[in-house]
Amino acid sequence: MASSNHNLSIAQYAIGLGDDALTLGHRLSEWCSHGPYLEEDIALINISLDYIGRARMFLDHAATVEGEGRDEDQLAYFRDDREFRNRLIFELPRGDFAETIARQCIVDPFYVLFFEALMQSKDPVLAGIAGKAIKESRYHWKHTHSWMLRLGDGTAESHQRILTALDEVWGYHFELFEMTDLDRELLDAGIAVDLAALKPKWDSMIDEVLTAATLTRPEDTWRQSGGRNGEHTEHLGHLLTELQFIQRAHPGLQW
Amino acid sequence: MVAIQTRAEIQALLDQVFDPEIPVLTVTDLGVIRGVDIQPGLIRITLTPTYSGCPAMNTIEQDIRAILASTGCAVEIDTVYAPAWSSDWISDAGREKMRDYGIAPPEKDTHSKKVLMGADPTIECPHCQSTQTKLISEFGSTACKAMYHCDDCLQPFDYFKCI
Repeated sequence: MASSNHNLSIAQYAIGLGDDALTLGHRLSEWCSHGPYLEEDIALINISLDYIGRARMFLDHAATVEGEGRDEDQLAYFRDDREFRNRLIFELPRGDFAETIARQCIVDPFYVLFFEALMQSKDPVLAGIAGKAIKESRYHWKHTHSWMLRLGDGTAESHQRILTALDEVWGYHFELFEMTDLDRELLDAGIAVDLAALKPKWDSMIDEVLTAATLTRPEDTWRQSGGRNGEHTEHLGHLLTELQFIQRAHPGLQW
Repeated sequence: MVAIQTRAEIQALLDQVFDPEIPVLTVTDLGVIRGVDIQPGLIRITLTPTYSGCPAMNTIEQDIRAILASTGCAVEIDTVYAPAWSSDWISDAGREKMRDYGIAPPEKDTHSKKVLMGADPTIECPHCQSTQTKLISEFGSTACKAMYHCDDCLQPFDYFKCI
């Protein structure tokens, strides 16, 4: 049965959201047994698990509405880097602990706002996933927020390292608020989120935490995007070689 | 011929399915079963996950299938995400069992609580009932729990997160 163009657009949208969650979930999972101490190790892996769960829900929805007989595993394991639609910030290496927290500081408030808006989507599955994920993202933000205070307002060393880490990742935050043609098409249909409209609230959440953490907001001197068009950093290919290895070597293998 | 099962019979079977991560709680106590639809020869169960990535869901699904196999009916399990699961759905009996097991049950009524930046709730130690407890980590041994420490009996304990 041929899918309508509308369904293909929804599938593409869900693939983007699923790829964001999959790549970040993988990056966070790399902390497993490498966390700064046991409780924090567990925290990062719990957050990772939330993202992997979202990836499964989004990719499963994409596969269903696409109606071409693919499933969530085929989407996750058998697409090449240029077919991935995640935004660049999610594929960046985990870096040191400061870099991981700096990325979460950008991403968590974004997701709190994004899922609040996606809960109003006319697509009931997307709205349902958002209703579930919003609770998790609020919890994630609480965790990241406390780390920003501890690192920013901690020692001279921790202050400097979180500042450097924020600088490294800052130029990637713009892409989170960029509207593609697909976003605009589905926004008109009442399905997608108006990303640009989230920016003022995000700015105030970021400014609040940076001020509380005695940190200076990085300047907007550079920006990078392209993930939604399949144009990625070199890091994604390396990430996928690890993420996809077993299924590529032994297609269809199950635990 | 397959007999039509009564709702009470099905419920009695489901009451034997336990959460693999908190094995004193049944899936009914946990509030993850959102619907039981019984038709001749067919039982349709609607499930909702506690957390997006809850790794127990597959096991719970398999356990439900295994126990309902004794009815001889076909079993269909649908997973739904909306409305999103809330810790308010954990039954009172479930809260008591959790406390006896050494896990502090979640505060009730998530709506009135400031989940985000509000003051942390006072959590009672499940071992000695002291309220002199402190948060060690927002994340515990499973996605649904946080770690606390009791300043009176000096025991660490799990707190089932309120979401």
